[in-house]
Amino acid sequence: MQFSASTLPLPKRLLGFFAVLIALTAAVAVVGIILGMVGNFLANGGTHVTWEFLTEFPRNSNTEGGIWPALAGTTLLVMLMTLLGVPVGTATAIYLTEFAKQDSWFARSVRFAVNTLAGVPSIVFGLFGVGFFIQFMGGNIDAAFGTSSFGDGSLLWSSATLAVLTLPVVIVSVEEALRAVPRDLREASLALGATRMQTIIKVVLPNSVTGILTGSILAVGRGAGEVAAILFVGVTYSSEVLPSAVTEKFMHLGYHLFVLSTQSPDVEKTLPLQFATTLVLLGLTFLLNLTAILIRSRLRKR
Amino acid sequence: MNNPFRTTRRNIGELIAEWSIRAVASLSIIVIFLIFVFVFREASTLFLGDSDEATPQSTQVAQTDSTSQTTSSSEPDVYNPEAEEPEVYNPEAEAPSSGEEGAPGEFIYIAANPAYPHIYNPSTGLIPPDIDAASTEEDVVLGDTLSFTENFFSSTWQPVGEVPKFGIVPLLIGTAKTTLIAILIGAPLGILAALFVAFFAKPWIREIVKPGIELLAGFPSVVIGFFCLVSVASWVQDITGVPYRLNAIVGGIGLSLAVIPIVFSIAEDALSAVPKTLREASLALGSTEWQTAYRVMLPAAAPGVFAAVLLGIGRAFGETMIAIMATGNAPLSTFSPFEPARTVAATIGSEMGEVVWGSEHYGVLFLLGVLLFVFSFGLNAITELYVKTRFIKRFQGK
Repeated sequence: MQFSASTLPLPKRLLGFFAVLIALTAAVAVVGIILGMVGNFLANGGTHVTWEFLTEFPRNSNTEGGIWPALAGTTLLVMLMTLLGVPVGTATAIYLTEFAKQDSWFARSVRFAVNTLAGVPSIVFGLFGVGFFIQFMGGNIDAAFGTSSFGDGSLLWSSATLAVLTLPVVIVSVEEALRAVPRDLREASLALGATRMQTIIKVVLPNSVTGILTGSILAVGRGAGEVAAILFVGVTYSSEVLPSAVTEKFMHLGYHLFVLSTQSPDVEKTLPLQFATTLVLLGLTFLLNLTAILIRSRLRKR
Repeated sequence: MNNPFRTTRRNIGELIAEWSIRAVASLSIIVIFLIFVFVFREASTLFLGDSDEATPQSTQVAQTDSTSQTTSSSEPDVYNPEAEEPEVYNPEAEAPSSGEEGAPGEFIYIAANPAYPHIYNPSTGLIPPDIDAASTEEDVVLGDTLSFTENFFSSTWQPVGEVPKFGIVPLLIGTAKTTLIAILIGAPLGILAALFVAFFAKPWIREIVKPGIELLAGFPSVVIGFFCLVSVASWVQDITGVPYRLNAIVGGIGLSLAVIPIVFSIAEDALSAVPKTLREASLALGSTEWQTAYRVMLPAAAPGVFAAVLLGIGRAFGETMIAIMATGNAPLSTFSPFEPARTVAATIGSEMGEVVWGSEHYGVLFLLGVLLFVFSFGLNAITELYVKTRFIKRFQGK
């Protein structure tokens, strides 16, 4: 099947050599950039990621100490985000695979909406969070119940914003997993007299748990690193305590890094802290994404 | 597709469950509407006439802010834990003080932090918008009489001041500049890497390179921004000797890092989706692997590759954190890639945290958000409706 290139005249062989070389160079360059970036972070911040760094509060205007509240805030944020977003995403994926007639206008609209949602800039989600969640929902909740804590940026509204932002990620992964469940299983279940919902709940979903897990992990990875969408929806640059309610503001790893590197009173002094924070944030998202990629490639092989 | 459930017995519970799932599925559509409606609703205050009351309000805040800044100038209020709002970038506090020392034409932000000049420091380092204003004196005079539309399409972005100016031209130029650079770097790299992975790489190399590049897609943009801020900016300055450490080139390189994985994975999908028969036919006619790849497979996958580039553009102009951190953030109306630039998304990101909610400035930022949303919606619609249908037509004859 392989045709020998030696039958070609020399200029063409050279051209072919360069054609392959240029593609190879591009691939090597991209991988090189990634390795260079990670290597740079490791070299500059590797020694600063200590147990104390992870578990201490920042001191002295964020110029000393650790990142514990940012780490905890990010974790709380993505947990709440998963609770809000994954059920909705899973239900949408179930609709798209199990109920929708593929050519119906509704199914196509849902698909188009999901794709559009994936392409909306994250800063627009931030504005949506302010306009819809804080001003409209929060304002109305406050007016209705006489509270005053909902009409301002908070952990709750940030995770709701991120849940909307990561919705397409969840839907696409879960849909892929649901489609991977063999049709025979569904038909066998129906043939035994199970109803549609029973089939979905007892047969289809248990067989696609890994897919739902992958979707959630990918969403968490995306949400953990997202800063632009939560800039004005509840993140804060400094906090003495961990948030004790969902209506409180919180610290976030990515935002912490942004503040340290651009608004710190002494950027030079905190440079090691910045690199260490970068490493922690990158390590977190890296591990999450790697897990998801591994699970997914295993799923595809099956 | 045949529905396997068609003959199943129905009951009330089933129906309720099915319709609630249907309702949840419609949420995606509803959210798209809500985004448009609510982002536009906040912007619509501009057209409803209450902007006249809001403008003096914002100036007033600017003044109070600046006094607090001058009284406690040794202790930057950036780290005041009691402060309500996260301080992203404080144009209010900055504009008056830099106005005093503002020698027109002298870019203060370069020498902002003399102790450590190659680190960018926006708390003192952002180019004050009034530099631009000082150089165009007649705009200042005209500002009072300009209607909103004229103001909006003027070439000065100076949202805080006696006469706030919301000319989006420098922002559009900055966005176009950085996006273009990002695509010029990112698209060829992404497409060629996809070509390599799809046709030239040995299977085990593919197994490493493909997930590797996909991991880059998972890099938080703030991390890429930080990388550009501390490392790429210095390298670019060392190589080219540009006077401004942070400029459109650095921003474009940063954005290209966000663009590459998107272009790569979509182009790779498109290339792998080209039917094997085309490749075999080409090889059977005596062409080599590289001729097949470049002259048969790449043109065949052209609509998909085009879609990849379009989505890459969408990612580049909407990216906020990289743009805030690496472009220098100066709203200049210049096409030079070596001068600082400021994108639309970065403007929203850096000014939204400081703005008085409900003011004219607030409305303009939401209007910029509408602009971004409409643009990304349009790009996506083009990819969906045009490119994909062409791709399907080409190979499935539908």
